[in-house]
Amino acid sequence: MADKTKKNTPPDAQEYQAFQQEREVKRPILKNCVKAFLVGGIICFIGQIISTFYIYYFHFTEQTAGNPTVATLIFITMLFTGFGFYDRIGQFAGAGSAVPVTGFGNAVISAAIEHRTEGFILGVGTNMLKLAGPVIVYGVFSAFVIALIKTILIQWGGL
Amino acid sequence: MIFFWAFVIGGLICVVGQLLLDVLKLNPGQTLTILVVSGAILDGFGLYEPLIDFAGAGATVPITSFGNSLVHGAMAEAEIHGLVGVVTGMFEVTSAGISAAIIFGVIGAIIFKPKG
Repeated sequence: MADKTKKNTPPDAQEYQAFQQEREVKRPILKNCVKAFLVGGIICFIGQIISTFYIYYFHFTEQTAGNPTVATLIFITMLFTGFGFYDRIGQFAGAGSAVPVTGFGNAVISAAIEHRTEGFILGVGTNMLKLAGPVIVYGVFSAFVIALIKTILIQWGGL
Repeated sequence: MIFFWAFVIGGLICVVGQLLLDVLKLNPGQTLTILVVSGAILDGFGLYEPLIDFAGAGATVPITSFGNSLVHGAMAEAEIHGLVGVVTGMFEVTSAGISAAIIFGVIGAIIFKPKG
């Protein structure tokens, strides 16, 4: 597709594209990865502390402790997002703060706070899941396809 | 020891996300979608459960676990009700993440004012 658009653009535009590519700031990939690793690791480490707390005091197992942990982390995210800390962490950490479930929480909560001026129904209600939408939609759809195939294989394939 | 592995595995999953952003130049929405779908696929092959046993929150906190628990809920119901269970059981396990995000989103919108 890139070749096709290249052929259709006038020569000076092509020149400009080449110039732009040359001048584009190279992303410091290694540095970004280290930051993402550290921040993502720390968030999961905090998650593990919360999980351990739930396992010891509320008798969850390693498998089921994930749920209350996620809810607790999203609650903490609400405070961080509301006071504007999460954006700053995000600027530093990139994927490190976006990939953990706190990033999902931040996407929902920041959209909710941002659009409250447009009213609670049309503002908050409509826009809240705008950023998190794709994750839910394709998560559900892919899970449906996978579970369907697996169920069919188990029931009729004798897996 | 599980604290160490939670840190390492959680960090590594974030590095995968960062590589998708930087090397393949995807936007955050695409990156997260790919991670969720990979989580679902991993659970389809029965690989995510052992990862949770091994790394605890390192596997349950990243967004990949969302895909995993969707498949998990669907499969648990499917064992009881067959194909219908795939649809009805989907959100059985995942509800915590989505409910919490929506509930705290509304509470957040009530408490906090947007910053300029």
